[in-house]
Amino acid sequence: MQNVTPVTIAELKTACQAAKAEGCRLVTLSCAELDAETVDIIYHFDKDLSLKHYRLTAKKCEPVPSISDIYFAALLVENEIQDLFGLSFSGLVVDYKQTLYLEAEVRKTPFCKYSVAIANKA
Amino acid sequence: MARTIIPFGPQHPVLPEPLHLKLVLEDEIVQEALPAVGYVHRGLEKLTEIRDFNQMVQIVERVCGICSMIHAQCYCQGLEEMLGITAPPRARYLRTIWSELHRMHSHLLWLGLFADGMGFESQFMQCWKIRERIMDVNEATTGNRVIVSVNVVGGVRRDLNDGQLRWIGSILDQVEAELKALKKPLIDDYTVKKRTVGKGVLTAEQVYELGAAGPTLRASGVAQDMRMTRYAAFDELVFTPVVETEGDCHARLKVRYRELLASIDIVRAAMRALPEGELAVAVKDKPAGEIVTRVEQPRGELLYYLKASGKKNLDRVRIRTPTFANIPPLLAMLPGVELADVPVVVLSIDPCISCTER
Amino acid sequence: MLKDFIRSSRAKSPWIIHFDCGSCNGCDIETLACLTPLYDVERFGIVNVGNPKHADVLLVTGTVNHRNKHVLKNLYDQMPSPKAVVAIGACGLTGGVFREAYNVLGGVDKVLPVDVYVPGCPPKPEAIIDGVVLALKKFAEKQQAAG
Repeated sequence: MQNVTPVTIAELKTACQAAKAEGCRLVTLSCAELDAETVDIIYHFDKDLSLKHYRLTAKKCEPVPSISDIYFAALLVENEIQDLFGLSFSGLVVDYKQTLYLEAEVRKTPFCKYSVAIANKA
Repeated sequence: MARTIIPFGPQHPVLPEPLHLKLVLEDEIVQEALPAVGYVHRGLEKLTEIRDFNQMVQIVERVCGICSMIHAQCYCQGLEEMLGITAPPRARYLRTIWSELHRMHSHLLWLGLFADGMGFESQFMQCWKIRERIMDVNEATTGNRVIVSVNVVGGVRRDLNDGQLRWIGSILDQVEAELKALKKPLIDDYTVKKRTVGKGVLTAEQVYELGAAGPTLRASGVAQDMRMTRYAAFDELVFTPVVETEGDCHARLKVRYRELLASIDIVRAAMRALPEGELAVAVKDKPAGEIVTRVEQPRGELLYYLKASGKKNLDRVRIRTPTFANIPPLLAMLPGVELADVPVVVLSIDPCISCTER
Repeated sequence: MLKDFIRSSRAKSPWIIHFDCGSCNGCDIETLACLTPLYDVERFGIVNVGNPKHADVLLVTGTVNHRNKHVLKNLYDQMPSPKAVVAIGACGLTGGVFREAYNVLGGVDKVLPVDVYVPGCPPKPEAIIDGVVLALKKFAEKQQAAG
């Protein structure tokens, strides 16, 4: 994977605004768990068929600012990450509150390997 | 009149799949649409924890039965890049042939469903009759009509011999003739135009900003097709994207119809230039690293994000399918549309819900 | 006499409703292909309808998950008795390749009584037609039993 720029939570929104001003199309966000406390969120942008990526390493307990007010297309994928990883996005245009895919009876946040163990300890 | 909320789906006659939309109406006009999904969500990205990277090929094929071959192609292509191997030339050409055949059967299926959504049942039957010829090719060359399962990491599993190539050529001639005969009663028809022209219009700026993919994007005049990134055999074949500019349902119909004819030409060219040689290279290493790879599915751009750390199981498989990207544009198309036109507009993005939710 | 007439026409010209649970579309398009000119189930008097209250036979494709099980149950309950259920494809039978996924409950028989199982991934249209014909036999038996 080439063309990856690391960003912090504070820089995220300005970086996305800059990408939009450059005429980039938001392709999607990918989320992957790193360890018990952090996840990687990768923002994929496309311009003239070449990709660039922003990598945000976020703590699971801290809310991530939503970019759905800049790119409306981020709406579904941010809700999906809320469902699957248990992160929370602040300022979502439409917040499904972790019910986009999953019903209440399903184990929450299936993509977090560590969350169950932490809950048991507490 | 006061606002009414009408539920559309999840079980709806024009939709073969469960999609639920809450339509906020004022009189007959849609003001706002809200999607509710999750009826088909299986969680198969997570299966990578119990299936190894070779077995995952069979899982990703079942993300979507309509474009299964292209899912597997994208996944294998990503893993090959990660492993630092390239599929042999013959395999890349064969992948192109099968993927274009898949695009044709998918577009014919959609043409039929779209006609049925307008109440044009005889065209539904006609399109599906033509489609059966492609299904015959799939079955005869791969052993299954739908889930063809020809891809492996490193190449393909099946070959086409000269007799089969000639036979496919003759089938394509028939399909081409039948498709050309379809133009007048389907594309140029007065009633079809009445139902589709000017419905669900989006401008080029709007679709681009909303992140649309595939025919939805190209029908508004944005010439983006992942086949322009020259994957598989497209580095040697001539390819020009099909673009229309009106941005309405009729333009999306025309894009798919013209892509059908373009696919026939691509398959013919690939069959003519099919190189001799191996079908697959051996995979010796375990994958490690991060990769993003894209191909063009019938519905648009398909993106796979793969992450591995040298084990036999991948750490993360993330699939972004084109319908997932086309739902925000759909929500922007619906306001202002009459309730009776909602099925046509919804179908115009060619929704594939099992792709969207995985 | 009217009762007899309705009874024989329901078995001779069954109306079918199709519901996609969590299928990958492979089985759905094969089920739809049964209606089209090459296979043409309408020659058996079979009509595909969208309204469960009109239907005699329910065709279900795909795995059952936590959200669509309510929809499936709801559809089944709305159908008039007697009724027959056909589960189509490996997923509808047991969950198929997705059986270990977290949101998958398993086959259709976890929620509904299934009369006919049609295996395959996806089953060929011929197999689906076979399954429907078998379901009609069971449907007629149920009618006999109901009197």
